[in-house]
Amino acid sequence: MGRITLDKVTKSFGAVEVIPPLDLTIEDGEFAVFVGPSGCGKSTLLRLIAGLEDVSSGQIRIDSQDATAVPPAKRGLAMVFQSYALYPHMSVRKNIAFPLKMAKMDPAEITRRVEAAASVLNLTDYLDRRPGQLSGGQRQRVAIGRSIVREPAAFLFDEPLSNLDAALRVGMRLEISELHKRLATTMIYVTHDQVEAMTMADKIVVLQAGVIEQVGSPLELYRTPRNKFVAGFIGSPTMNFIEGPEAAKYNAHTVGIRPEHIDVSETEGPWSGVVGVSEHLGSDTFFHIHETGLAETITVRAGGEVGFNHGDRIHLTPREDVMHRFDAEGLRIE
Amino acid sequence: MARSVTTRRKTINTALAWAIGLLIFFPILWTILTSFKTEGQAISDPPVFLFFDWTLENYAIVQERSNYARFLWNSIIIAGGSTLLGVIIAVPAAWSMAFVPSKRTKDILLWMLSTKMLPAVGVLYPIYLIFIRMGLLDTRVGLVIVLMLINLPIIVWMLYTYFREIPGEILEAARMDGATLKEEILYVLTPMAVPGIASTLLLNFILAWNEAFWTLNLTAAKAGPLTAFIASYSSPEGLFYAKLSAASTMAIAPILILGWFSQKQLVRGLTFGAVK
Amino acid sequence: MATKASRSAARLMMAPAVVLLLGWMLVPLTMTIYFSFKKYLPLRGGDLGWVGFDNYARFLSSSSFWPSVQATLLIVGGVLAITVVFGVLLAMLLDQPMWGQGVVRILVIAPFFVMPTVSALVWKNMFMDPVNGLFAHLWKAVGAEPIAWLTEASLPSIIMIVSWQWLPFATLILLTAIQSLDSEQLEAAEMDGAPPLKRFGYIILPHLGRAITVVVLIQTIFLLSIFAEIFVTTQGSFGTKTLTYLIFQRVLESQNVGLGSAGGVYAIILANIVAIFLMRIVGKNLDA
Repeated sequence: MGRITLDKVTKSFGAVEVIPPLDLTIEDGEFAVFVGPSGCGKSTLLRLIAGLEDVSSGQIRIDSQDATAVPPAKRGLAMVFQSYALYPHMSVRKNIAFPLKMAKMDPAEITRRVEAAASVLNLTDYLDRRPGQLSGGQRQRVAIGRSIVREPAAFLFDEPLSNLDAALRVGMRLEISELHKRLATTMIYVTHDQVEAMTMADKIVVLQAGVIEQVGSPLELYRTPRNKFVAGFIGSPTMNFIEGPEAAKYNAHTVGIRPEHIDVSETEGPWSGVVGVSEHLGSDTFFHIHETGLAETITVRAGGEVGFNHGDRIHLTPREDVMHRFDAEGLRIE
Repeated sequence: MARSVTTRRKTINTALAWAIGLLIFFPILWTILTSFKTEGQAISDPPVFLFFDWTLENYAIVQERSNYARFLWNSIIIAGGSTLLGVIIAVPAAWSMAFVPSKRTKDILLWMLSTKMLPAVGVLYPIYLIFIRMGLLDTRVGLVIVLMLINLPIIVWMLYTYFREIPGEILEAARMDGATLKEEILYVLTPMAVPGIASTLLLNFILAWNEAFWTLNLTAAKAGPLTAFIASYSSPEGLFYAKLSAASTMAIAPILILGWFSQKQLVRGLTFGAVK
Repeated sequence: MATKASRSAARLMMAPAVVLLLGWMLVPLTMTIYFSFKKYLPLRGGDLGWVGFDNYARFLSSSSFWPSVQATLLIVGGVLAITVVFGVLLAMLLDQPMWGQGVVRILVIAPFFVMPTVSALVWKNMFMDPVNGLFAHLWKAVGAEPIAWLTEASLPSIIMIVSWQWLPFATLILLTAIQSLDSEQLEAAEMDGAPPLKRFGYIILPHLGRAITVVVLIQTIFLLSIFAEIFVTTQGSFGTKTLTYLIFQRVLESQNVGLGSAGGVYAIILANIVAIFLMRIVGKNLDA
């Protein structure tokens, strides 16, 4: 079981309040992703849940038990660190066995569990190597192995993929998602990469400056961002924001339109502009359009076959049904 | 990327470096050589370098005159005991400073180092009195305590610098894995810091071995280590060069041999962990 | 970045070291200050009562005081200058590609492992003795008059002996620092057209700043209290009486504990002046 509740939790370092009062519940079995720009307090929040930092006030409950004053070792959580934090002087086997050894588990049971974890994670051949002899992806798996053997109430991941190269990152993302499906244990995952958040999460928690901007499923956040910040943070390429007279037409201070919600045409459309850089991804093409009189640049996503040249003047048609409207404070207008 | 160098340049470097290296090492070499000469050859003019009648008689005489083994044993106990005790006390302190730093950490560290600057002679008499009162004068225990105290700041500092190289995340991982503080230090920190701890042990062993103020002033016949052994040759026996050399060689040989077998740790230790 | 629990654990774990050093500092210091206000002659009547600042005045006005301060500073300064300058040169030489680098390094380090009593004895008798010393032989061989090193040039001789002991330390630290210098930086400077001397002045030397600080700090700590080298060679005569040695004589040789203690307080003040000065620099440089 692993239902984690944060109740009016705050954290200050000296006079600096990095997390103002914050309430959040993560349901048992949920895959929750904390996402936000660097310095938004997402890692601090994770460390508060882990017990590696004290909360300044408020309460943290794990399965309705008050865990606020419980030391990290006794919270029944497992954590995978950004640097993996493997013990360099121990073999893979000993690394994975360490938490069980600390729990004074029976040696036979330790061996059984380590071997089970190793076979799940394809580490059986590497059990007697040292972490230094492994590749980045393998180290990552050892770190995960070390956390799963204890059968914790919840897993905490602190930007676990940021040290891997792009190809491996995609693979590990899938592996972690699969692991979650199989174990059905609560996972809390911190990242600054919205793609990771979108692809993995059941529930995304968008943070900025220690404040929760929005909580919801990936599609909820994509479809109905509560404010400009979330709208701009979720989705790639980022949403286009248009202010001024054009926004006023829609009774809004700002309107937001995603690049994939703009149609392009050589001949007709309410908006027009000059093609700047085109990024060809094969499946899609991103056009950066200038001189629209709406915003400095409008990004448009078109099919991979669409070809315009640098300097062409083209026309754009936004799909008004999926346009987002925001007021002067940046809040969503329904 | 190191650039390739011409053989000529490398030859010049080599010759120059070896010449200077041998020059610096020469006093030690000369002492060792002289210890195998007769007294006559030791002062002969012009000096003889290698071609003399090698003899071991000086060693026999020195051993006969003073019980080398006892001084050696005292040195080992005093230097080893004080260093071990110091490390045991310093490891927890260095852990605190490296992994739970506060605003005062640096001040405490510098204060500790500054206690080393207190001139020993300024407090010689009080320590002398305390030693008499507590029956520690001319005992190995007394010297173990004093040398531990004078080297403690250096030990803390060295361990602190070595510990700081260990990422805090690994210790946090241990905490998450359910390790208590004791287990964290014993099973994770200490094994990871073995090279640093070894360097600290070695260097402070040598510092304690060579310490010559307290060892000379707080011991007499019973607990005197090799510094006292060699000081007894200061005069007028110092004029017997061969015997002086034999005694000197006996006093420094253990450390030179120890150094030879643990160069890597020593080189690391000699920088006091302060420079990487 | 830690929890209350780990902070209180940290305080607890630091306590033994802090308490021991605090005791080691305060107890004898208090006793020294206590004695310094007394006429206290252990072999001639013991405690003869309070004398106020008499001992301080007497110690200060004694003809040996200022020369001893001077000798102390000369030795510390001389050894520091020699070891840092030659240390930098030697370190740069040892950093060059060569055959047998490891062996040369051991040869250079070796003097550090020789106990001060031994090195003083060996230098005094086997090298600096005006009759049978190796230097005397050498001087005679080239037709010069042998020098009575420890009487005629006593202070430079002692500085030389002590420098020999500490040069390895300086060299090794500086060598380690040079080796950590990113060679791309030097290559970039070379591409920018800096000649070797400028590269040394603008890149190598600033890079060595921290290492030189460490050398100066650690050596000063040890040099301020050198004892064996003087005890064995000149016994403080011929202008080599350092403050340490002067106090040692007052306390142990003339058995005037009160006077010696006042001297001890002066030595502590001198050490503190140097310490504050050093800590300022080091505190700044240690963070870098």
